[in-house]
Amino acid sequence: MIDKRVGSPREAVAGIGDGDAVMIGGFGEAGSPIELIHALIDHGAANLTVISNNSGSGEIGLAALIRAGQVARIVCSFPRSTNSRVFPDLFHAGRIELELVPQGTLAERIRAGGAGIPAFYTPTAAGTDLEAGKERREFDGRPCLLEHALVADWALIKARTADSHGNLVYNKTARNFSPLMAMAGRNTVVQASSVVEPGGLDPETVITPGIFVDHVVHVPDPQHESELVARGARYP
Amino acid sequence: MSATVTGLTTHQIARRSALDIADGSYVNLGIGLPELIALFIPNDREIVLHVENGLLGMGPSPEPGDGHPELINAGKKQVTTLPGASFFHQADSFAMIRGGHLDLSVLGALQVAANGDLANWSTGREGAIPAVGGAMDLVSGVKAVHVITRHCTRDGTPKLVRRCSYPLTGAGVVDRVYTDLAVIDITADGFEVVELAPGVSFDHVAARTAAPLRDARPA
Repeated sequence: MIDKRVGSPREAVAGIGDGDAVMIGGFGEAGSPIELIHALIDHGAANLTVISNNSGSGEIGLAALIRAGQVARIVCSFPRSTNSRVFPDLFHAGRIELELVPQGTLAERIRAGGAGIPAFYTPTAAGTDLEAGKERREFDGRPCLLEHALVADWALIKARTADSHGNLVYNKTARNFSPLMAMAGRNTVVQASSVVEPGGLDPETVITPGIFVDHVVHVPDPQHESELVARGARYP
Repeated sequence: MSATVTGLTTHQIARRSALDIADGSYVNLGIGLPELIALFIPNDREIVLHVENGLLGMGPSPEPGDGHPELINAGKKQVTTLPGASFFHQADSFAMIRGGHLDLSVLGALQVAANGDLANWSTGREGAIPAVGGAMDLVSGVKAVHVITRHCTRDGTPKLVRRCSYPLTGAGVVDRVYTDLAVIDITADGFEVVELAPGVSFDHVAARTAAPLRDARPA
């Protein structure tokens, strides 16, 4: 029998170890799995590499994980936010390492990781400072850079609806990186606002097939980053 | 040089650049000044706005209280969808960008060089947090790249230059620049003025451009 449901965010992240690489879904607050991130803060795994488009806002969610000192390195396209000093302060203090990746290259590196493609060439960033250290090759006279796939020990993502096989449907622009991270995470954990029995999702509308998902946690009423930041919330 | 020359307001620059977007285009508008263009799409045209975090068919800002934190644009502001909209993941979104499926990208700029180089992601200032987002992907893949910007910085330094001093977003990528003073094409021969803002002279623009400027206005 396949049933990927687990009882709580705490159980879902319990296997994350020190030094693990963790992909975290979301573009800004849309799709950010706040409850899973908070469970990871409680869990306490340290020296993590986090792969996520942004570096969080305020002092909750991803920003709180960084503030807790659990993140040694972040792979990110836009680690800047008008309402958080957490990442900049640690970055300036030399306490967190940054690998800056153009957003489309980040997406494609994650997709490649999940698809078994070790590396690919892209024209993005050729001739810029982000070319440094990358192999260059011309295709049809156009300079391109070799980019390597990204995989991770864990992917933490958020969906609107999951079934117990891990088939997923997302919500609006909260989909963003999550279907890619689900593929590239060796252990993919989903927090879903609703969880249904197999057959409860129309196969034609499934966005992420359950084969890419390992654990499903029901988080019926997920918090929203902007609402928490607006009222000055901190975690823990 | 007359002190009374004011040029266009930012809204007027946005309105002017919107006039050149063809009916039926798929267009990505960058964060900041380019976002204003959405307000000025002419009524007789249907233009599909692409949001790189996963939406085609972006509509206007929601009424207060009607928005949703999971329906946002690249600037992380709440938006709406228009009939015919679609959602997709980041690899599909950047396949649209990198794969040449979008007709136009409109971006802001720190500097544009006469050879089409664009600098718009970093001043390279010591201690600044580097953040690039999707700008390098947009300029590498979209069919046409337009820039809308003030002609000079607040302290009067030209943004149109011979060579960018700031780190590049892309090399040789810009096709056309809309400023408060003029519409300027990037050609094999460098900057060419194709239109002046009302009340602005060619010499006024040339004096505020740190590269050779040719007058290519229709006779």
